[in-house]
Amino acid sequence: MLAWTIYITFFGVLVLMLLPRDNARAARIVALLTAIAGCVAAFAGAIQQPHPGEVATITKLDWIPAIGAHYYLAADGISLVLVVLTGLAAVSGILFSWNIEKRTKEFFAFFLALIGGVYGVFLSFDVLLLFVFYELTIIPKYFLIARWGSTRKEYGAMKLAIYSFVGSHLVLIGLIAAWVVARGQLGHASLDLMELSKVAFPVAFQYWVFPLVFVGFAILAGMWPFHTWAPTGHVAAPTAGSMLLAGVVMKLGAYGCLRVAMVMFPEGVKMWQGEIACLAVAGIVYGAGVALVQKDFKFVIGYSSVSHMGFVLLGLATLNTIGFDGAVLQMFSHGIIAGLLFAVVGRMVYDRTHTRDFNDLETMQLGKLLPFAGVTFVIAGIASMGLPGFSGFVAEMQVLMGAWAVFPKLTILSGIGILVGVVYTLRAVQNGFYSDAPPRPADPDHPLEPITRPERFGAVMLIGASLVIGLFPGLLMNWIEPCFTSPLSMFGRLLVKGVSQ
Amino acid sequence: MIWIVKNLWLIPALPLFAAGIIAVNKQPKRKLAASLAIGSMAIGFLLSLCAFAATLGHGEHGMFREVFGFNWIQFGGQWMDIGWVLDPLTAIMLVMVTFVGMLIFIFSVGYMAHDENFMRFFCFLALFASGMLGVVIANNLFLFFVSWEIVGLTSYLLIGFWYHKPSAAAAAKKAFITTRIGDLGLLLGMVWLYAQTGTLNFYTPEHTGCLEAVKINAMLAAPPAAGFAVVTAIGLLIFLGAVGKSGQVPLHVWLPDAMEGPTPVSALIHAATMVAAGVFLVARVYPLMSAGATLTAQGAPVTTALTVVTWVGAITAIFAASIAVAQNDIKRILAYSTVSQLGYMMMGLGVGGVAVGMFHLITHAFFKALLFLGSGSVIHGCHEEQDVRKMGGLNKFMPITFWVYFAGMLALAGFPLLFSGFWSKDEILHAAHGWSVSQVPFYLGCAGALMTAFYMTRQMALVFSGKYRGQPEESHHGHSAHAHSPESSAQSHDPHESPAVMTVPLIILAGFAILLGFVGTPAWPWFDGYLTGEEFKFDPSKLTEPGTLGLMLASGAIVFTGLGLGWFLYGKRQRKTAAEKDVLEAAQPFIYKLLANKYYIDEFYEATVIRGNAFAAGLCDFADRRIFGGAVLLVKYITLGLAWLYRLTDEYFVNLGFDTGCEALREGGGGLSRLHTGRVQTYLRVIGVALVALIIFLIWGRKA
Repeated sequence: MLAWTIYITFFGVLVLMLLPRDNARAARIVALLTAIAGCVAAFAGAIQQPHPGEVATITKLDWIPAIGAHYYLAADGISLVLVVLTGLAAVSGILFSWNIEKRTKEFFAFFLALIGGVYGVFLSFDVLLLFVFYELTIIPKYFLIARWGSTRKEYGAMKLAIYSFVGSHLVLIGLIAAWVVARGQLGHASLDLMELSKVAFPVAFQYWVFPLVFVGFAILAGMWPFHTWAPTGHVAAPTAGSMLLAGVVMKLGAYGCLRVAMVMFPEGVKMWQGEIACLAVAGIVYGAGVALVQKDFKFVIGYSSVSHMGFVLLGLATLNTIGFDGAVLQMFSHGIIAGLLFAVVGRMVYDRTHTRDFNDLETMQLGKLLPFAGVTFVIAGIASMGLPGFSGFVAEMQVLMGAWAVFPKLTILSGIGILVGVVYTLRAVQNGFYSDAPPRPADPDHPLEPITRPERFGAVMLIGASLVIGLFPGLLMNWIEPCFTSPLSMFGRLLVKGVSQ
Repeated sequence: MIWIVKNLWLIPALPLFAAGIIAVNKQPKRKLAASLAIGSMAIGFLLSLCAFAATLGHGEHGMFREVFGFNWIQFGGQWMDIGWVLDPLTAIMLVMVTFVGMLIFIFSVGYMAHDENFMRFFCFLALFASGMLGVVIANNLFLFFVSWEIVGLTSYLLIGFWYHKPSAAAAAKKAFITTRIGDLGLLLGMVWLYAQTGTLNFYTPEHTGCLEAVKINAMLAAPPAAGFAVVTAIGLLIFLGAVGKSGQVPLHVWLPDAMEGPTPVSALIHAATMVAAGVFLVARVYPLMSAGATLTAQGAPVTTALTVVTWVGAITAIFAASIAVAQNDIKRILAYSTVSQLGYMMMGLGVGGVAVGMFHLITHAFFKALLFLGSGSVIHGCHEEQDVRKMGGLNKFMPITFWVYFAGMLALAGFPLLFSGFWSKDEILHAAHGWSVSQVPFYLGCAGALMTAFYMTRQMALVFSGKYRGQPEESHHGHSAHAHSPESSAQSHDPHESPAVMTVPLIILAGFAILLGFVGTPAWPWFDGYLTGEEFKFDPSKLTEPGTLGLMLASGAIVFTGLGLGWFLYGKRQRKTAAEKDVLEAAQPFIYKLLANKYYIDEFYEATVIRGNAFAAGLCDFADRRIFGGAVLLVKYITLGLAWLYRLTDEYFVNLGFDTGCEALREGGGGLSRLHTGRVQTYLRVIGVALVALIIFLIWGRKA
């Protein structure tokens, strides 16, 4: 069932390409139906999986036997969480790009191609297949930004593409080296993650290969100091593009770190654990600090993403179950919340006012003119600050709990990031929507278009998702937790026992 | 298990439900909103009374305590529970919060009658009440924190309710951020507590909660961290949360600014409930704070954590009281008074234990809510005027408000024997007197009591006695949110008494401000016995014991001095105009200025913390634009440079060689092409020559 997420999505791309060029309405509907079908498949497949703690094979076919590559799709609880997230992000992204008029069908074709690649990454258990899907996402990303973006879009698109390629080259080098060593140990060529996760690579080898692969993936997760693609890319991208970038593409990086780099080189992680945690906390504090002084509304959200992704990396660095739980939950949570924030800023505000400068927005009284946007942003802001009731709180708290056992000082430091997070969020709420500045008379010739129905649907869906997970985190924790605690867990080698208590 | 324990969740859930219904209602249905909110509180009050009745009986350890919990999520291989606890501490807070809250809600109907966002106001109020009641019943630091944050958030929304006022918007932000600093400590304390004990439940049926002996002793045995015993460090981190919420020094700065919110909000949040939540938190985790204590002669425990609590409380008490002396905004005086009284409560917890601190919390909640609502009535009557210098003589215009305010003021000042504030404050001073660590908090407390009596008399005298100094013309220049209807006659420029919906709650509160003291006198320490589960009996002779009596006389003398001094300076000698200098200002301009400017703490923070934070953020931004952006640009230019270099190499080396080669090849080809003439004779000739050559080669070559 889960594999259908990939097939349906790429089939949608095909249908879109066959559509007549000027029929924007048909393109939208096809895209939306495809995304919904993919989302339903994701949910259905996830619910059907009886033991989320184990890796359930979906298909395994020979691909390139000479190098041991398979077409190997499978899923465990972590894949399930992220596939569901991708489904939600796809549907909401399309709802928030309903107003795209320029080359509509191409836009949605690229959009769905990106989504299809993302599904593929989350379901691949063959390293080469995973890598191919990973690379596949770069191209649509580039075109989405360069064609439909704003604010230095070519620059942002190129920066993102180059960062991505640099990252994937590091990964590639590391994986080739690992493949060679693994072949020596196994006696046959293998790219099967399940097999590789059992290979004991020499410690000295892990010492240098692990950082290569980890950093290669972490670049896409926005790890400090390789984060600068994120804010410029987010700002340059069209609304749906930023939603996907922050919502799922950054998760690809974090997912690769966990699923490939850490699983294959457990000794390497243990040697570099402290450094990763430092960079993660640096990202948390730094991202929040930079967000505080931005004048462009979207940059605030862009940097907040860097800050929040720091929690994912910090959780990964803890090497204990609570930290891992928190990291995966934070991936989901941030995907939803960042998507919502970008939707408000990009679609609800920028598409209507054509400005994202706080100095302009302050005089517009958007809280009164667009009450729905204002309330949505307040709720999204509350969720983003990590206030209880929303998914971010449960996730960040677990990360902190996991981190406290290993890095108490860094945990305290990351608290500064949380505090500054409150400050920049309140600043954005007050400057963007509920300003005390004297209002400028509204332009009667160009009244702001009221919030449309697709936007309402999208916003309610995302808020609902964050709220449901915030109140009943068990829904996802039941999938995540067994992945780390089950005796057959592929992450078993990673966990440092006896530290958490 | 008694039904009320199982159904205790209803008490916070009802207002939450009410808030939800109000929020989804699009049409402005004022009556519905108000009755939902008030109704939910009224039912909550009745349920609280049931809970209270249940706790009157004694449980297995001398005190009634029952918990109810269920699994919420599993992580890190363990279940996190959500649950609630019913014990005397919970019950007494429940009764107080629902009752005072209900009265404040009723008052708000009158106070906010003209506001266009009436619905939103009641929605936030109900949501706040829900969070606060959640704090009270939580049997788990996690659930406690969740509710605590709801309280903080709704407080932000309510302070910034009139957000188009710049001061209100700024105050809301300040309140939220300052309390979040404390919350961060609480969060870290929680994380640490979990790491140490593996549970966040306060009490469990198996007695394995983090406040029960098993876990406390385990923590005491843990190796110290950073020079502190683990339990002390955790206690202090949790206390940091209380410092933020209860406006203790140095995080007190938000509370006076929070008076920008509507007055009922000030009464509800910044007098009776939210700010008391910090004190309640310390009371709740008191077993943690007092772990490993040595006992004083009076039986009060002494630990590092409690010593810190005491000192912070004592300093806050005197510090805020001194600032209140030089304020002119009626609500700000009360705000600083609240900060000061919260200091007393903390001090009471530190030196005397839960019962001492909590008793003052309860009595204070009633008389301070009374004073705030009374000031709301005054402000309402004076057309949104808040400056006490522009009031005066209001006892003639608003007699009911005057009498109830007088009662509240005497309770706050601690007028001997008759008023609740006297008994609760006296208990704190009594405990402080017996504190073995230091006598300084006791003297600070006494000085604070003197100032309290003084500034309250000053306020009373300025507001109610003498002649009305308000300028009718100026009165309409206030903020627009609360504008009166245009048809109001010229008569309405005079101050007027508030409607019954506002005065009746005041009268009820005044009754409690007087009566409540009698449940905790030394002669009949019912409150103490109820909270600690110890036996007590009515014994009037306790009143006349030398220690108790002497202290009561001393504290009475202090109060009378303060009252007399205040009356002498402000009552007897009335100021003539609003612009006239304050008596103290004329006498001691420097000190008065220092106090009026709140010791310049705000300016100090502005210059250090805020400036520093902005600087750091700017630095990061600079780094991102210049250093990281620069690095990216550098890579870009290096790549471009390399590309340029490659092009040159291509052009002049590779291409040159290639071109030369090509040229040679072309020329060679040209030479060869001359052979291809297309003439058969030439070809035949060539073939002939080749044939001859081949034959010669075959013949002669074989021999070689």
